[in-house]
Amino acid sequence: MRFAVLVFPGSNCDHDCYHALKHVVGVEASFVWHKEESLAGFDGVVIPGGFSYGDYLRCGAIARFSPIMKAVEKFARAGGSVIGICNGFQILVEAGLLPGALIRNRGLKFICADVNLRVETTGTPYTAEFRKGEVLTMPIAHAEGNYTADPETLEKLKRNDQVVFRYCDASGNAGDAANPNGAMENIAGIVSEGGNVLGMMPHPDRCAEEILGNEDGLRLFKSMVNSLSESRV
Amino acid sequence: MAIDAAVEMTEEIAARHGLSAEEYARIVGHLGRAPNITELGIFSVMWSEHCSYKSSRVHLRRFPTTGPRVIQGPGENAGAVDIGGGLAAVFKMESHNHPSFIEPYQGAATGVGGILRDVFTMGARPIASLDSLRFGPLTDPRHRTLLEGVVAGISGYGNCVGVPTVGGELSCHPSFAGNILVNVFTLGIAKSDRLFRGTASGVGNPVIYVGSRTGRDGIHGATMASAEFDDESDQKRPTVQVGDPFTEKLLLEACLELMSKDMIVGIQDMGAAGLTSSSCEMAGRAGTGIELWLDKVPRREPGMTPYELMLSESQERMLIVAKAGRESGVMEMFEKWDLPVAVVGRVTGSGTLRVMDGGRLAAEIPVQALTDDAPVYNRPIERPRDQDERNRFDPSALPQPDDYGRVLRTLLAVPGIAHKGWVVRQYDHMVRTNTVVRPGSDAAVIRIKGTAKGLALSVDCNSRYCFLDPRLGGALAVAEAARNISCSGATPLAVTDCLNFGSPERPETMWQFSEAVDGISEACAALGTPVVSGNVSFYNETNGAGIYPTPMIAMVGLLEDVNKRAQQGFTKEGDAILLLGETPGRLGGSEYLASIHGLETGAPPSLDLDLEKRVQAACREAIQEGLASAAHDASDGGLAVALAESCLSGPRPIGALVDLPNPGGSRADEVLFGEAASRIILSVPEGRVADVEAVARRNEAPIARIGTVGGEKLEIAVGGRGLVSEDVAGLNGAWRNALALQLGVSG
Repeated sequence: MRFAVLVFPGSNCDHDCYHALKHVVGVEASFVWHKEESLAGFDGVVIPGGFSYGDYLRCGAIARFSPIMKAVEKFARAGGSVIGICNGFQILVEAGLLPGALIRNRGLKFICADVNLRVETTGTPYTAEFRKGEVLTMPIAHAEGNYTADPETLEKLKRNDQVVFRYCDASGNAGDAANPNGAMENIAGIVSEGGNVLGMMPHPDRCAEEILGNEDGLRLFKSMVNSLSESRV
Repeated sequence: MAIDAAVEMTEEIAARHGLSAEEYARIVGHLGRAPNITELGIFSVMWSEHCSYKSSRVHLRRFPTTGPRVIQGPGENAGAVDIGGGLAAVFKMESHNHPSFIEPYQGAATGVGGILRDVFTMGARPIASLDSLRFGPLTDPRHRTLLEGVVAGISGYGNCVGVPTVGGELSCHPSFAGNILVNVFTLGIAKSDRLFRGTASGVGNPVIYVGSRTGRDGIHGATMASAEFDDESDQKRPTVQVGDPFTEKLLLEACLELMSKDMIVGIQDMGAAGLTSSSCEMAGRAGTGIELWLDKVPRREPGMTPYELMLSESQERMLIVAKAGRESGVMEMFEKWDLPVAVVGRVTGSGTLRVMDGGRLAAEIPVQALTDDAPVYNRPIERPRDQDERNRFDPSALPQPDDYGRVLRTLLAVPGIAHKGWVVRQYDHMVRTNTVVRPGSDAAVIRIKGTAKGLALSVDCNSRYCFLDPRLGGALAVAEAARNISCSGATPLAVTDCLNFGSPERPETMWQFSEAVDGISEACAALGTPVVSGNVSFYNETNGAGIYPTPMIAMVGLLEDVNKRAQQGFTKEGDAILLLGETPGRLGGSEYLASIHGLETGAPPSLDLDLEKRVQAACREAIQEGLASAAHDASDGGLAVALAESCLSGPRPIGALVDLPNPGGSRADEVLFGEAASRIILSVPEGRVADVEAVARRNEAPIARIGTVGGEKLEIAVGGRGLVSEDVAGLNGAWRNALALQLGVSG
């Protein structure tokens, strides 16, 4: 099984995702430069966090025009597994592969901290091995993670079971006090209608090893890999 | 070829460049003629205190700088120590005090940018940063704004580049009201046989410019009579540079990729004094000359003069000396990363810096005159007349507090002690997934992927101690930094420093400086931690009032097995609390005396370096043998504050029942809040207490059982008399919310 870890100018969690996949999960991983145009031979794509193009215009707004994004779109439309983490989520939204927008945190500051997440659906390849309603802990690290969408989009996301993670407290209550960035309905991660494209602000790549004190991210990656193996059989 | 001499040189123009009459005469002597304005500009920056270390150099020679692990000592872009396994830890600390006071966001941001370049210039990938900050009192709205701006600048730059800011320190004091301190430290990892240096060797080799285009920002002395040498430029640009972390990130990746190939001879960041210092220093180290072709320099705007091009401090630029014939390979690499790149000169054997502007010779100066032959001053030194007065202190006149718990809560809210969550939340402290002890412990610990090793990092200085006794204060800063490293279980390896002082032209300041250097030297020698890099920042002075002397010490330690580490928070109910090093606390120079009684007098804690070594060795051994579940240095605020911090730093607040021995019958406030060196609080499972006591005995370190972890209260007795009984939840709130409350922002 082989994963592409995309590298845009300004990506900075590319090494972290590569390390988690290759050295912790134990699958093949390769860096793919944004000027490449093909994803042939890959079983999954990871768009890592960071500050593509410095986040200078609007997070993800320039990266979506990189040559590789045409290939990502094709890969996703064909049902391929694509996971965008943090800046990767922002790029997916800008590219129109996921609905909505990620705007400035309501506190207007960058936040780097562990947060609690409630698993809203296990009907995705990324969460198949969690329990619905289970509370996970993952770090966030962003200034623009405030998920925003129009009412129809939100309604559609909920109707189709596309909301994957919500920010919550330690007991699983997704109230305002547990919302770090002002995201609508505490949304931390969503999938595409087909369920194959996941965008999430929290970083599974930062909690995939025992030495980092938390392996909830590893469970997500393993779930993804296992689902892909099953679908290949 | 005639030297451009459009502007007639006078001593007055030289004085406006910060050059004294004697210095100007020396320049004329070196050249055998009057300099032109470009040459004068070049001399002024190269002979500036910042670049030449002219007032500090004679003192810095006293630092111990060698040791079995030292690969690169002071004099290069950064220092390097061997950490085994073919790897080197490359690190340095620098100040960005003055720019940050003028424009806190950009000042701090470009400080981070500069130190990152110093490290990756050496061929090391930066993996962690620390920052050490000083502000005036937060009751002053200006300082709240400065603090917010500096933190945002560090966050904005470091986060974008993707180097985690894993720790640091912060405190506030009126002596910094006119001069804040922003000291930034970065550490990188390189293969020890693949370190790059700033050297321009090999006559004929091409000199290549890469990175941001050169603009008029940050030109030293640009305010002076710009009309005289640039009629087209009537705009005065701010002297603070603007950072571009995105370009920095590209530069970092491109340079590291380039360095993995066999294409370059030397490389240096264009930091302070930009093109001038990078070219001169590289030629100076190699004993060569350099010819620069300014018409090839990528620039942001037309009409820039040689003076402006040579003195611009535009950020995110590097100068590279490539191997002859490798130009196209180097250019291709940077073009891949969409970075401006150009061949702007060549290495010569002439021993001169020759600057061509098209067909015109804009400047020609012997390199030696700018580097090795720059002025060196042994400035007058005088012990301040009131120094004895500062140390005079009679505690018997001091009233004892009636509520020790309230004193504890007050101290926990002092910015230097308060929880720094509001700050570190804004720093990405986890990117690169190496941070195994996050900010908030005595030392941060990062693991080194691909090995079993880890590195511990800490930065320390108690400015008040240094004001009261700069020699002892300097030594105490080293001892505390090492103690913090030892509390993580790591062995202290080496030091980088950032020496922040007032004006060197004041004999009292030079006395403080000289004393601090001696204190640091003594402690570094005793603890086996050489100084491998550093920086001096003088002139931290406003309207005649200097800052408290602040020789900041950053220390790096090594854990051979990163799994054998500790952090400061109590985690286990029922653990025994032991105190390693029984040194009684003293009130002189303490936070208690300053914050509760408004007095900054007395002598700082004494320091027995031999005892310090034994205490630290015992601590490390207890951690390495898996006997201690937490270790915490007891410093600012004394034992009571240290115990509270241990109760509050774990995954959840936890109480403790403590009885501090008082065999000498000292005052209760002295036992609770008095400060001392060489003390470490350990949390040890009940069944392992005897083992830890044996470790202490083996290392000849005093040890005493002082209490037990558990419950919802921190209860501290002195000699059996209960004095503090506080709910940890309340203490936790006082500690965690203090900074946000004082800043008037939400946590």
